[in-house]
Amino acid sequence: MVKELLLIAFAAIITENFIFSRFLGICPFLGVSEKPSTAMGMGFAVMFVMTIASALTWLVYKFILVPSGLEYIKTIAFILIIAALVQIIEMFLKKFIPALYQALGIYLPLITTNCAVLGAALLNIQNGFNFGESVVFGFAAAIGFTVALLIFAGVRERLKFATPPNAFKGLPLLLVSAGLIAMAFSGFSGISL
Amino acid sequence: MSEYIMNIVWAGVWFLVIGGALGVALAFAAKFFRVEEDPRTEEVLENLPAANCGGCGYAGCGAMADAIVKGEVSPAKCAVASKEAIEKISEIMGIKAEKQVRMRAQVMCSGTNDHAKLKYEYEGIHDCISAAKLAGGHKLCPNGCMGFGTCVEACKFDAIKIINGTAAVDYNKCQACGACVNACPKSLIELVPFEAEYWVGCKCVEKGANTKTWCDIGCIGCKICEKNCPVEAIKVVNNLAKIDYSTCTHCGKCFEVCPRHIIWSSKVHLASEKIEEAVKNA
Repeated sequence: MVKELLLIAFAAIITENFIFSRFLGICPFLGVSEKPSTAMGMGFAVMFVMTIASALTWLVYKFILVPSGLEYIKTIAFILIIAALVQIIEMFLKKFIPALYQALGIYLPLITTNCAVLGAALLNIQNGFNFGESVVFGFAAAIGFTVALLIFAGVRERLKFATPPNAFKGLPLLLVSAGLIAMAFSGFSGISL
Repeated sequence: MSEYIMNIVWAGVWFLVIGGALGVALAFAAKFFRVEEDPRTEEVLENLPAANCGGCGYAGCGAMADAIVKGEVSPAKCAVASKEAIEKISEIMGIKAEKQVRMRAQVMCSGTNDHAKLKYEYEGIHDCISAAKLAGGHKLCPNGCMGFGTCVEACKFDAIKIINGTAAVDYNKCQACGACVNACPKSLIELVPFEAEYWVGCKCVEKGANTKTWCDIGCIGCKICEKNCPVEAIKVVNNLAKIDYSTCTHCGKCFEVCPRHIIWSSKVHLASEKIEEAVKNA
Protein backbone atom coordinates (compact mmCIF):
# COMPACT_ATOMS: atom_id res chain seq x y z
CA MET A 1 0.00 0.00 0.00
CA VAL A 2 2.68 2.47 1.10
CA LYS A 3 4.91 1.34 -1.74
CA GLU A 4 2.17 2.01 -4.29
CA LEU A 5 1.57 5.48 -2.89
CA LEU A 6 5.29 6.25 -3.03
CA LEU A 7 5.41 5.07 -6.64
CA ILE A 8 2.50 7.34 -7.54
CA ALA A 9 4.21 10.25 -5.79
CA PHE A 10 7.56 9.60 -7.50
CA ALA A 11 5.93 9.37 -10.92
CA ALA A 12 3.97 12.58 -10.36
CA ILE A 13 7.03 14.52 -9.21
CA ILE A 14 9.74 13.26 -11.56
CA THR A 15 8.89 10.97 -14.45
CA GLU A 16 5.54 12.50 -15.28
CA ASN A 17 6.20 16.00 -14.07
CA PHE A 18 3.13 18.14 -14.71
CA ILE A 19 5.03 20.87 -16.47
CA PHE A 20 7.92 19.16 -18.17
CA SER A 21 6.23 16.02 -19.42
CA ARG A 22 2.48 16.65 -19.31
CA PHE A 23 2.67 20.36 -20.21
CA LEU A 24 -0.04 21.34 -17.77
CA GLY A 25 0.02 24.70 -15.98
CA ILE A 26 2.33 26.39 -18.47
CA CYS A 27 0.72 29.80 -17.92
CA PRO A 28 1.71 30.20 -14.24
CA PHE A 29 4.95 28.44 -15.08
CA LEU A 30 5.94 31.31 -17.37
CA GLY A 31 4.09 33.98 -15.41
CA VAL A 32 5.36 33.68 -11.85
CA SER A 33 8.76 32.07 -12.29
CA GLU A 34 10.59 35.38 -12.39
CA LYS A 35 11.99 35.07 -8.87
CA PRO A 36 12.45 31.97 -6.68
CA SER A 37 10.44 33.68 -3.93
CA THR A 38 7.34 34.16 -6.09
CA ALA A 39 7.78 30.66 -7.52
CA MET A 40 7.77 29.32 -3.97
CA GLY A 41 4.61 31.29 -3.10
CA MET A 42 2.80 29.97 -6.14
CA GLY A 43 4.07 26.46 -5.41
CA PHE A 44 2.68 26.45 -1.88
CA ALA A 45 -0.67 27.79 -3.03
CA VAL A 46 -0.90 25.09 -5.71
CA MET A 47 0.05 22.37 -3.22
CA PHE A 48 -2.65 23.55 -0.88
CA VAL A 49 -5.40 23.78 -3.47
CA MET A 50 -4.48 20.74 -5.53
CA THR A 51 -4.56 18.40 -2.54
CA ILE A 52 -7.95 19.62 -1.39
CA ALA A 53 -9.32 19.76 -4.95
CA SER A 54 -8.18 16.18 -5.63
CA ALA A 55 -10.02 14.94 -2.57
CA LEU A 56 -13.18 16.91 -3.20
CA THR A 57 -13.49 16.20 -6.91
CA TRP A 58 -12.92 12.49 -6.27
CA LEU A 59 -15.74 12.49 -3.73
CA VAL A 60 -18.07 14.42 -6.03
CA TYR A 61 -17.30 12.09 -8.93
CA LYS A 62 -17.80 8.93 -6.88
CA PHE A 63 -20.90 9.95 -4.95
CA ILE A 64 -22.70 12.35 -7.27
CA LEU A 65 -21.63 11.96 -10.89
CA VAL A 66 -21.33 8.16 -11.06
CA PRO A 67 -24.64 7.35 -9.33
CA SER A 68 -26.49 9.84 -11.54
CA GLY A 69 -24.78 8.56 -14.71
CA LEU A 70 -23.13 11.87 -15.54
CA GLU A 71 -19.49 10.77 -15.81
CA TYR A 72 -19.23 12.40 -19.24
CA ILE A 73 -19.57 15.95 -17.91
CA LYS A 74 -16.95 15.62 -15.22
CA THR A 75 -14.74 18.27 -16.87
CA ILE A 76 -17.31 21.04 -16.54
CA ALA A 77 -18.36 19.88 -13.09
CA PHE A 78 -14.76 19.93 -11.89
CA ILE A 79 -14.13 23.43 -13.24
CA LEU A 80 -17.16 24.62 -11.32
CA ILE A 81 -16.10 22.88 -8.13
CA ILE A 82 -12.49 24.06 -8.26
CA ALA A 83 -13.51 27.67 -8.86
CA ALA A 84 -15.89 27.64 -5.90
CA LEU A 85 -13.42 25.74 -3.75
CA VAL A 86 -10.63 28.26 -4.27
CA GLN A 87 -12.96 31.09 -3.29
CA ILE A 88 -14.07 29.34 -0.13
CA ILE A 89 -10.49 28.45 0.80
CA GLU A 90 -9.50 32.07 0.28
CA MET A 91 -12.23 33.35 2.59
CA PHE A 92 -11.44 30.67 5.16
CA LEU A 93 -7.75 31.54 5.22
CA LYS A 94 -8.43 35.26 5.42
CA LYS A 95 -10.54 34.70 8.51
CA PHE A 96 -8.66 32.00 10.38
CA ILE A 97 -5.06 31.91 9.15
CA PRO A 98 -4.32 35.50 8.02
CA ALA A 99 -0.58 34.84 8.06
CA LEU A 100 -0.93 32.10 5.44
CA TYR A 101 -3.38 34.27 3.49
CA GLN A 102 -0.78 37.05 3.40
CA ALA A 103 1.94 34.62 2.35
CA LEU A 104 -0.07 33.12 -0.50
CA GLY A 105 -1.26 36.58 -1.49
CA ILE A 106 -2.40 36.97 -5.07
CA TYR A 107 -1.41 33.43 -6.05
CA LEU A 108 -4.48 31.84 -4.49
CA PRO A 109 -7.10 33.46 -6.76
CA LEU A 110 -4.82 32.89 -9.75
CA ILE A 111 -5.14 29.15 -9.22
CA THR A 112 -8.85 29.23 -10.07
CA THR A 113 -7.86 29.08 -13.69
CA ASN A 114 -4.78 26.90 -13.31
CA CYS A 115 -5.27 23.94 -15.62
CA ALA A 116 -2.80 21.86 -13.59
CA VAL A 117 -5.39 21.63 -10.82
CA LEU A 118 -8.10 20.53 -13.24
CA GLY A 119 -5.60 18.17 -14.84
CA ALA A 120 -4.85 16.51 -11.51
CA ALA A 121 -8.56 16.05 -10.81
CA LEU A 122 -9.21 14.52 -14.24
CA LEU A 123 -6.11 12.29 -14.16
CA ASN A 124 -7.22 10.88 -10.81
CA ILE A 125 -10.40 9.64 -12.47
CA GLN A 126 -8.67 8.54 -15.67
CA ASN A 127 -6.11 6.47 -13.74
CA GLY A 128 -8.84 4.90 -11.59
CA PHE A 129 -7.23 5.99 -8.32
CA ASN A 130 -8.96 5.41 -5.01
CA PHE A 131 -9.43 8.25 -2.50
CA GLY A 132 -6.05 7.95 -0.78
CA GLU A 133 -4.19 7.62 -4.06
CA SER A 134 -5.98 10.67 -5.45
CA VAL A 135 -4.94 12.84 -2.52
CA VAL A 136 -1.33 11.65 -2.72
CA PHE A 137 -1.30 12.15 -6.49
CA GLY A 138 -2.68 15.68 -6.16
CA PHE A 139 -0.12 16.64 -3.51
CA ALA A 140 2.82 15.03 -5.31
CA ALA A 141 1.85 16.61 -8.64
CA ALA A 142 1.87 20.00 -6.91
CA ILE A 143 5.33 19.28 -5.51
CA GLY A 144 6.47 18.41 -9.04
CA PHE A 145 4.94 21.69 -10.23
CA THR A 146 6.82 23.60 -7.52
CA VAL A 147 10.10 21.86 -8.33
CA ALA A 148 9.68 22.77 -12.00
CA LEU A 149 8.86 26.37 -11.10
CA LEU A 150 11.90 26.66 -8.84
CA ILE A 151 14.26 25.17 -11.42
CA PHE A 152 12.96 27.57 -14.03
CA ALA A 153 13.15 30.53 -11.67
CA GLY A 154 16.82 29.71 -11.13
CA VAL A 155 17.39 29.54 -14.87
CA ARG A 156 15.58 32.85 -15.38
CA GLU A 157 17.75 34.58 -12.79
CA ARG A 158 20.76 33.67 -14.91
CA LEU A 159 18.99 34.58 -18.17
CA LYS A 160 18.48 38.12 -16.88
CA PHE A 161 22.18 38.79 -17.34
CA ALA A 162 22.43 37.13 -20.73
CA THR A 163 22.70 39.26 -23.84
CA PRO A 164 20.79 37.27 -26.48
CA PRO A 165 20.12 38.47 -30.04
CA ASN A 166 17.21 40.89 -30.19
CA ALA A 167 14.89 38.38 -31.84
CA PHE A 168 15.32 36.03 -28.88
CA LYS A 169 14.81 38.56 -26.11
CA GLY A 170 12.00 37.90 -23.64
CA LEU A 171 9.47 35.16 -24.25
CA PRO A 172 11.22 33.29 -27.10
CA LEU A 173 14.30 32.75 -24.96
CA LEU A 174 12.11 31.59 -22.07
CA LEU A 175 10.25 29.09 -24.22
CA VAL A 176 13.48 27.71 -25.67
CA SER A 177 14.98 27.28 -22.19
CA ALA A 178 11.77 25.66 -20.94
CA GLY A 179 11.94 23.26 -23.86
CA LEU A 180 15.55 22.38 -23.04
CA ILE A 181 14.66 21.63 -19.40
CA ALA A 182 11.73 19.51 -20.57
CA MET A 183 14.12 17.54 -22.79
CA ALA A 184 16.39 17.00 -19.80
CA PHE A 185 13.41 15.77 -17.81
CA SER A 186 12.51 13.32 -20.56
CA GLY A 187 15.62 11.44 -19.46
CA PHE A 188 13.69 10.35 -16.36
CA SER A 189 11.09 8.57 -18.46
CA GLY A 190 13.55 5.70 -18.85
CA ILE A 191 13.02 4.81 -15.21
CA SER A 192 10.60 1.91 -15.05
CA LEU A 193 8.61 1.58 -11.87
CA MET B 1 -34.91 11.28 -29.55
CA SER B 2 -36.66 11.78 -26.27
CA GLU B 3 -33.82 9.84 -24.64
CA TYR B 4 -31.32 12.51 -25.69
CA ILE B 5 -33.53 15.28 -24.46
CA MET B 6 -33.93 13.49 -21.15
CA ASN B 7 -30.14 13.19 -20.92
CA ILE B 8 -29.70 16.90 -21.43
CA VAL B 9 -32.42 17.78 -18.95
CA TRP B 10 -30.97 15.32 -16.45
CA ALA B 11 -27.50 16.86 -16.79
CA GLY B 12 -29.01 20.32 -16.52
CA VAL B 13 -30.88 19.42 -13.35
CA TRP B 14 -27.77 18.02 -11.74
CA PHE B 15 -25.78 21.10 -12.67
CA LEU B 16 -28.46 23.27 -11.13
CA VAL B 17 -28.17 21.18 -7.97
CA ILE B 18 -24.35 21.32 -7.86
CA GLY B 19 -24.24 24.98 -8.83
CA GLY B 20 -26.93 25.85 -6.29
CA ALA B 21 -25.13 23.92 -3.54
CA LEU B 22 -21.84 25.67 -4.34
CA GLY B 23 -23.60 29.03 -4.48
CA VAL B 24 -25.18 28.49 -1.08
CA ALA B 25 -21.85 27.29 0.31
CA LEU B 26 -20.14 30.43 -1.02
CA ALA B 27 -22.85 32.68 0.38
CA PHE B 28 -22.51 31.09 3.79
CA ALA B 29 -18.73 31.22 3.61
CA ALA B 30 -18.93 34.91 2.76
CA LYS B 31 -21.09 35.45 5.84
CA PHE B 32 -19.18 33.29 8.31
CA PHE B 33 -15.68 34.09 7.16
CA ARG B 34 -16.22 37.80 6.79
CA VAL B 35 -13.31 39.88 8.01
CA GLU B 36 -13.96 43.39 9.27
CA GLU B 37 -11.67 45.79 7.48
CA ASP B 38 -11.07 49.42 8.11
CA PRO B 39 -12.87 51.11 5.18
CA ARG B 40 -10.22 53.81 5.20
CA THR B 41 -7.58 51.31 4.04
CA GLU B 42 -9.21 51.10 0.65
CA GLU B 43 -9.63 54.86 0.35
CA VAL B 44 -6.00 55.43 1.27
CA LEU B 45 -4.91 52.78 -1.20
CA GLU B 46 -6.88 54.46 -3.96
CA ASN B 47 -4.91 57.65 -3.43
CA LEU B 48 -1.53 55.98 -3.35
CA PRO B 49 0.21 55.84 -6.72
CA ALA B 50 -0.03 52.03 -7.10
CA ALA B 51 3.53 51.93 -8.37
CA ASN B 52 4.51 49.33 -5.73
CA CYS B 53 8.05 50.66 -5.89
CA GLY B 54 8.83 49.92 -2.24
CA GLY B 55 10.48 53.31 -1.79
CA CYS B 56 8.58 53.81 1.47
CA GLY B 57 10.12 50.69 2.98
CA TYR B 58 6.91 48.67 2.84
CA ALA B 59 6.25 45.69 0.58
CA GLY B 60 3.98 47.69 -1.72
CA CYS B 61 1.21 50.26 -1.78
CA GLY B 62 -1.19 47.83 -0.04
CA ALA B 63 1.16 47.32 2.89
CA MET B 64 1.82 51.07 3.02
CA ALA B 65 -1.94 51.79 3.14
CA ASP B 66 -2.30 49.38 6.07
CA ALA B 67 0.57 51.07 7.87
CA ILE B 68 -0.88 54.55 7.27
CA VAL B 69 -4.27 53.51 8.64
CA LYS B 70 -2.61 51.96 11.68
CA GLY B 71 -0.78 55.26 12.19
CA GLU B 72 2.65 53.70 11.89
CA VAL B 73 3.86 55.98 9.16
CA SER B 74 3.18 59.42 7.72
CA PRO B 75 1.63 59.54 4.23
CA ALA B 76 4.43 61.93 3.25
CA LYS B 77 6.80 58.96 3.41
CA CYS B 78 5.52 58.06 -0.05
CA ALA B 79 7.92 59.84 -2.36
CA VAL B 80 5.93 59.09 -5.49
CA ALA B 81 2.48 60.41 -4.55
CA SER B 82 1.66 63.93 -5.66
CA LYS B 83 1.12 66.73 -3.16
CA GLU B 84 -2.64 66.57 -3.73
CA ALA B 85 -2.71 62.82 -3.10
CA ILE B 86 -0.80 63.21 0.18
CA GLU B 87 -3.24 65.94 1.24
CA LYS B 88 -6.18 63.72 0.32
CA ILE B 89 -4.82 60.82 2.35
CA SER B 90 -4.11 63.09 5.30
CA GLU B 91 -7.68 64.32 5.05
CA ILE B 92 -9.02 60.74 5.07
CA MET B 93 -6.90 60.00 8.12
CA GLY B 94 -7.82 63.30 9.78
CA ILE B 95 -4.22 64.37 10.22
CA LYS B 96 -2.32 67.42 9.08
CA ALA B 97 -0.44 66.95 5.84
CA GLU B 98 3.30 67.08 6.32
CA LYS B 99 5.32 69.19 4.02
CA GLN B 100 6.81 67.04 1.34
CA VAL B 101 10.01 68.08 -0.36
CA ARG B 102 10.25 66.77 -3.88
CA MET B 103 13.49 64.92 -4.38
CA ARG B 104 15.26 63.51 -7.37
CA ALA B 105 17.97 60.91 -7.80
CA GLN B 106 21.35 62.18 -8.92
CA VAL B 107 24.18 59.98 -10.13
CA MET B 108 27.29 61.35 -8.44
CA CYS B 109 29.80 60.27 -11.05
CA SER B 110 30.87 62.06 -14.19
CA GLY B 111 33.38 59.47 -15.33
CA THR B 112 32.01 58.90 -18.80
CA ASN B 113 34.02 57.01 -21.40
CA ASP B 114 35.63 60.33 -22.40
CA HIS B 115 36.90 61.10 -18.91
CA ALA B 116 37.51 57.92 -16.90
CA LYS B 117 40.34 55.54 -17.70
CA LEU B 118 39.85 51.80 -17.67
CA LYS B 119 41.65 49.17 -15.62
CA TYR B 120 40.75 46.30 -17.96
CA GLU B 121 38.19 45.28 -20.55
CA TYR B 122 35.24 43.71 -18.80
CA GLU B 123 33.45 41.00 -20.75
CA GLY B 124 31.47 39.21 -18.04
CA ILE B 125 27.81 39.25 -17.07
CA HIS B 126 26.28 42.59 -18.01
CA ASP B 127 25.62 43.71 -14.47
CA CYS B 128 27.30 46.22 -12.11
CA ILE B 129 27.24 43.91 -9.07
CA SER B 130 29.10 41.21 -10.98
CA ALA B 131 31.52 43.72 -12.47
CA ALA B 132 32.21 45.28 -9.06
CA LYS B 133 33.30 41.89 -7.73
CA LEU B 134 36.03 41.63 -10.34
CA ALA B 135 38.79 43.82 -8.87
CA GLY B 136 36.28 46.54 -8.02
CA GLY B 137 35.06 47.17 -11.52
CA HIS B 138 36.71 47.90 -14.84
CA LYS B 139 37.26 51.61 -14.26
CA LEU B 140 40.46 52.67 -12.54
CA CYS B 141 38.55 54.85 -10.09
CA PRO B 142 37.25 52.66 -7.25
CA ASN B 143 34.17 54.89 -7.00
CA GLY B 144 33.41 55.15 -10.71
CA CYS B 145 30.08 54.36 -12.33
CA MET B 146 30.55 51.15 -14.32
CA GLY B 147 27.53 51.76 -16.51
CA PHE B 148 26.17 48.23 -16.72
CA GLY B 149 22.73 49.41 -15.74
CA THR B 150 21.88 47.70 -12.48
CA CYS B 151 20.14 50.95 -11.55
CA VAL B 152 18.34 50.97 -14.91
CA GLU B 153 16.93 47.54 -14.08
CA ALA B 154 15.97 48.66 -10.58
CA CYS B 155 14.08 51.76 -11.79
CA LYS B 156 10.35 51.12 -12.05
CA PHE B 157 9.77 54.41 -13.82
CA ASP B 158 12.17 54.03 -16.73
CA ALA B 159 13.97 57.19 -15.59
CA ILE B 160 17.59 56.05 -15.86
CA LYS B 161 19.59 55.60 -19.03
CA ILE B 162 23.21 54.70 -19.57
CA ILE B 163 24.81 57.42 -21.63
CA ASN B 164 28.41 57.20 -22.72
CA GLY B 165 29.36 54.76 -19.95
CA THR B 166 27.65 56.32 -16.95
CA ALA B 167 24.10 56.36 -15.66
CA ALA B 168 22.02 59.50 -16.03
CA VAL B 169 18.66 60.23 -14.42
CA ASP B 170 15.79 61.81 -16.31
CA TYR B 171 14.52 64.19 -13.61
CA ASN B 172 11.07 64.53 -15.08
CA LYS B 173 10.48 60.81 -14.84
CA CYS B 174 12.27 60.30 -11.50
CA GLN B 175 9.89 59.78 -8.58
CA ALA B 176 12.64 59.62 -5.95
CA CYS B 177 11.60 56.19 -4.70
CA GLY B 178 15.23 55.35 -3.93
CA ALA B 179 15.31 51.97 -5.67
CA CYS B 180 18.42 52.93 -7.65
CA VAL B 181 20.13 54.29 -4.52
CA ASN B 182 19.89 50.83 -2.99
CA ALA B 183 20.72 49.01 -6.22
CA CYS B 184 24.04 50.72 -7.01
CA PRO B 185 26.88 48.55 -5.67
CA LYS B 186 29.10 51.63 -5.43
CA SER B 187 26.47 53.82 -3.75
CA LEU B 188 26.93 56.50 -6.39
CA ILE B 189 23.32 57.62 -6.51
CA GLU B 190 21.95 60.10 -4.00
CA LEU B 191 18.59 61.70 -3.46
CA VAL B 192 18.91 65.46 -3.63
CA PRO B 193 16.17 68.12 -3.46
CA PHE B 194 14.50 68.51 -6.83
CA GLU B 195 15.33 72.22 -6.78
CA ALA B 196 19.04 71.62 -6.13
CA GLU B 197 20.78 73.58 -8.85
CA TYR B 198 24.35 72.49 -8.23
CA TRP B 199 25.89 69.16 -7.38
CA VAL B 200 29.32 67.61 -7.15
CA GLY B 201 29.36 64.91 -9.78
CA CYS B 202 31.98 62.76 -8.08
CA LYS B 203 32.19 60.25 -5.26
CA CYS B 204 35.90 59.53 -5.33
CA VAL B 205 37.40 59.82 -1.85
CA GLU B 206 40.96 58.94 -2.88
CA LYS B 207 43.82 61.47 -2.83
CA GLY B 208 43.70 64.10 -5.52
CA ALA B 209 46.92 62.85 -7.14
CA ASN B 210 45.35 59.41 -7.66
CA THR B 211 42.07 60.82 -8.87
CA LYS B 212 43.93 62.90 -11.45
CA THR B 213 45.57 59.84 -12.99
CA TRP B 214 42.32 57.84 -13.09
CA CYS B 215 39.91 60.44 -14.36
CA ASP B 216 40.11 63.73 -16.23
CA ILE B 217 37.29 65.25 -14.28
CA GLY B 218 37.07 63.81 -10.73
CA CYS B 219 37.11 65.95 -7.59
CA ILE B 220 40.64 66.31 -6.22
CA GLY B 221 39.66 67.95 -2.94
CA CYS B 222 41.46 71.24 -3.63
CA LYS B 223 39.03 73.17 -1.37
CA ILE B 224 38.73 76.12 -3.78
CA CYS B 225 34.95 75.73 -3.69
CA GLU B 226 34.97 75.56 0.11
CA LYS B 227 36.93 78.81 0.35
CA ASN B 228 34.69 80.60 -2.11
CA CYS B 229 31.32 79.52 -0.73
CA PRO B 230 29.69 82.55 0.93
CA VAL B 231 27.44 80.44 3.22
CA GLU B 232 29.80 77.55 4.02
CA ALA B 233 27.45 75.06 2.40
CA ILE B 234 30.12 73.14 0.55
CA LYS B 235 32.72 71.20 2.53
CA VAL B 236 35.60 68.99 1.49
CA VAL B 237 35.62 65.77 3.53
CA ASN B 238 37.86 62.83 2.61
CA ASN B 239 39.19 64.62 -0.49
CA LEU B 240 35.67 65.08 -1.81
CA ALA B 241 33.50 68.19 -1.92
CA LYS B 242 29.95 67.80 -0.67
CA ILE B 243 27.11 70.32 -0.77
CA ASP B 244 24.81 70.67 2.20
CA TYR B 245 21.47 71.49 0.59
CA SER B 246 19.92 72.76 3.83
CA THR B 247 22.20 75.81 3.72
CA CYS B 248 23.00 76.07 -0.01
CA THR B 249 21.60 79.26 -1.56
CA HIS B 250 22.18 78.16 -5.16
CA CYS B 251 24.44 81.14 -5.81
CA GLY B 252 26.60 79.17 -8.23
CA LYS B 253 29.93 80.41 -6.89
CA CYS B 254 31.37 76.90 -6.51
CA PHE B 255 30.28 76.03 -10.05
CA GLU B 256 32.20 79.02 -11.39
CA VAL B 257 35.44 78.48 -9.49
CA CYS B 258 35.88 74.70 -9.72
CA PRO B 259 39.10 74.11 -11.70
CA ARG B 260 38.06 70.54 -12.53
CA HIS B 261 34.53 71.48 -13.67
CA ILE B 262 33.18 68.65 -11.55
CA ILE B 263 30.45 70.81 -10.04
CA TRP B 264 27.46 70.66 -12.33
CA SER B 265 24.58 73.01 -12.74
CA SER B 266 21.05 72.01 -13.65
CA LYS B 267 20.78 75.32 -15.55
CA VAL B 268 23.61 74.33 -17.84
CA HIS B 269 23.41 70.56 -17.82
CA LEU B 270 19.80 69.55 -17.31
CA ALA B 271 20.04 65.81 -17.41
CA SER B 272 16.62 65.14 -18.92
CA GLU B 273 17.50 67.26 -21.95
CA LYS B 274 20.87 65.55 -22.16
CA ILE B 275 19.11 62.21 -22.23
CA GLU B 276 16.65 63.26 -24.91
CA GLU B 277 19.51 64.54 -27.01
CA ALA B 278 21.50 61.34 -26.55
CA VAL B 279 18.50 59.18 -27.42
CA LYS B 280 17.96 61.27 -30.55
CA ASN B 281 21.57 60.89 -31.60
CA ALA B 282 21.65 57.15 -30.95
